[in-house]
Amino acid sequence: MRAVRLGVSSLLLHKLRSFLTTLGVLFGVASVIAMLAVGEGASAEAQDQIRRLGSRNVILRSVKPPQVGDEDAEMRVLSYGLTRDDFERISETFPGVEQSVPVLQTPAEVRSGQLLCRPRVLCTPHLFQAVTRRDLFSGRFLTVQDEANLSLVCVLGYEVARFLFPFDTALGERVKVGEHYLEVVGVLNSRLPVGTITLDPSSEAGGEVFVPLSTGRAYYGERQTQMRSGSMDIQEVQLHEIIVAAERDIDVPVIAAACRSMLKREHDEKDYEVIVPLELLARAEETKRIFNIVLGSIAGISLLVGGIGIMNVMLATVTERTREIGIRRALGAKRKHIVTQFLVETMVLSGAGGVVGVGVGLLIPWIVERAADLETIVEPAAPILAFGISVLVGIVFGLYPAWRAANMDPVEALRHE
Amino acid sequence: MSGSTAESAEPAAAGAPVPSEPVAELSNITRMYRMGEEEVHALDGFSFTFRKGEYWAIMGSSGSGKSTLLNILGCVDRPTGGSYRVRGQEVADLDDDELSTFRGAELGFIFQSYNLIPQLDVLENILMPVMYQDEVPEGIEDRALELAKRVGLGERLHHRPMQLSGGQQQRVAIARSLINDPALILADEATGNLDSKTADEILELFDELHAEGKTILLVTHEAEVGRRAENVLRLKDGNIDSVERGVSRDGEATDAK
Repeated sequence: MRAVRLGVSSLLLHKLRSFLTTLGVLFGVASVIAMLAVGEGASAEAQDQIRRLGSRNVILRSVKPPQVGDEDAEMRVLSYGLTRDDFERISETFPGVEQSVPVLQTPAEVRSGQLLCRPRVLCTPHLFQAVTRRDLFSGRFLTVQDEANLSLVCVLGYEVARFLFPFDTALGERVKVGEHYLEVVGVLNSRLPVGTITLDPSSEAGGEVFVPLSTGRAYYGERQTQMRSGSMDIQEVQLHEIIVAAERDIDVPVIAAACRSMLKREHDEKDYEVIVPLELLARAEETKRIFNIVLGSIAGISLLVGGIGIMNVMLATVTERTREIGIRRALGAKRKHIVTQFLVETMVLSGAGGVVGVGVGLLIPWIVERAADLETIVEPAAPILAFGISVLVGIVFGLYPAWRAANMDPVEALRHE
Repeated sequence: MSGSTAESAEPAAAGAPVPSEPVAELSNITRMYRMGEEEVHALDGFSFTFRKGEYWAIMGSSGSGKSTLLNILGCVDRPTGGSYRVRGQEVADLDDDELSTFRGAELGFIFQSYNLIPQLDVLENILMPVMYQDEVPEGIEDRALELAKRVGLGERLHHRPMQLSGGQQQRVAIARSLINDPALILADEATGNLDSKTADEILELFDELHAEGKTILLVTHEAEVGRRAENVLRLKDGNIDSVERGVSRDGEATDAK
């Protein structure tokens, strides 16, 4: 402790020089923490999105194939995408499948009184809630009875419920979905859109409305009609999405492969895509790893530069204090005392840079989060790691100057002016 | 006491007290430097014994070997040949670490340019040699305080060297040289940077220390300063030129050569 105090007092003799020297390490440490935090945050966001898809799920989606035919035609019927047969094959013949949930989407407007919005209207059986792990806000989700009875009921997403019924509970109210009135039986908790596609990308309204699949088929059909700058665009899609839930994680790759080969066999063109969140997750992990290595190396280089700066200054200090070294040696200091003295000074420099650097490094993610609206995550290990590295830099780059100081000839050192 | 040491001067003239125990015994010391092809003998077979309680002025022109002698006496330099014993300890037998500790424990240094550590205050500077010892004796802070008062710096314990005058700095250095109760106090041109009045005060302090029985070796080239010492050893070309004993400060030479 005495050594540290003495080191500090020596460094305070040259305040500006010591301050400038610590800057190198300071920025190095701060950049390590900040870069890791931003990188971690970005990848966590991506991973979170993927996880929401359900890590045990395989998601099949209809994709509009590249436009063929006459662009100028006034009316077209485009038929593509996943079929009911696809769904049957998967749910009946695939091993390891726990559940499979079909989703049909219809581009209907949703009204309540004067209020109108364009959410995604998803026609799906009751299993949807379990497979996508959605929470109820109030009421209930769709049931088997709804499905069997072709009930005219719907469940609203939280945003839609708030929009249509700002002051009241939506439960029991009727909303007009397309041309039909449906009774609201439940509201689902808010969550970012999941496992859905937007029929009309220009639609600004978000949110979801869930309708029993049988009701949807019966009342809205599989044809989606859209007006587009004067021309009518009719698409026929039997199913927009099939969510296949595996029994166990290890079944996921098997099911994914089976789906891919089945769809490839059954579909002439590639009007579908297969999304495997687990694969995406693995890829995201890999990306994150590479990202971290790259960022880490950049930050590491800045620490290295800081370290070299420290070494440079310490070498100058040793030369400048040759006489002091001579005096100390004459008065009984062993070599190790001199080594310790200069090593402690270097470590105080780099350690001080490290401490302030940790502070700045924690501040940067905080600012980034507020200013740029990016998610950042500071892992508890990051500041410790960065500080540890800064001390290590002090030791590594302090050893040589300290060694040089300790090995001076006392006679020469005393004679030094 | 051992008597094996060859002294060039006749020991103990009639009527003189029995010689006290030897503190620093040098026997046939050589110190050779290699300068390119040439070998330079800074000390050439130097033998002498300094005894307890003696106050010597070591004099000589530059190149006479007095600096080399001082370095060897101070154990910062090792002789190329011969034997040097301090309080019976053969210096050549000590490795670098042991020699460092030995310097701190047995020797007191006073330099021409004071050589205090600028970032330490008066008290810390006085305590310096103790701090490098493996064991710090108990009550050493009190002793440092006592020494500071003794050299007249009791009021400036926490001043930094830069805040002190030259004379005051040299007093701190003297207190520092006493902290370990050394066998030998080595002063290298201790008054060289001071005006004559301040130099006089410092020399009076040396007289006091001498009166207390300390062994003092004062290297100087000023005849006036040399005259203040009890004995004068003159060097020339790396060996003894002359030895004057019993030159008391009153000037009554008892054994002038």
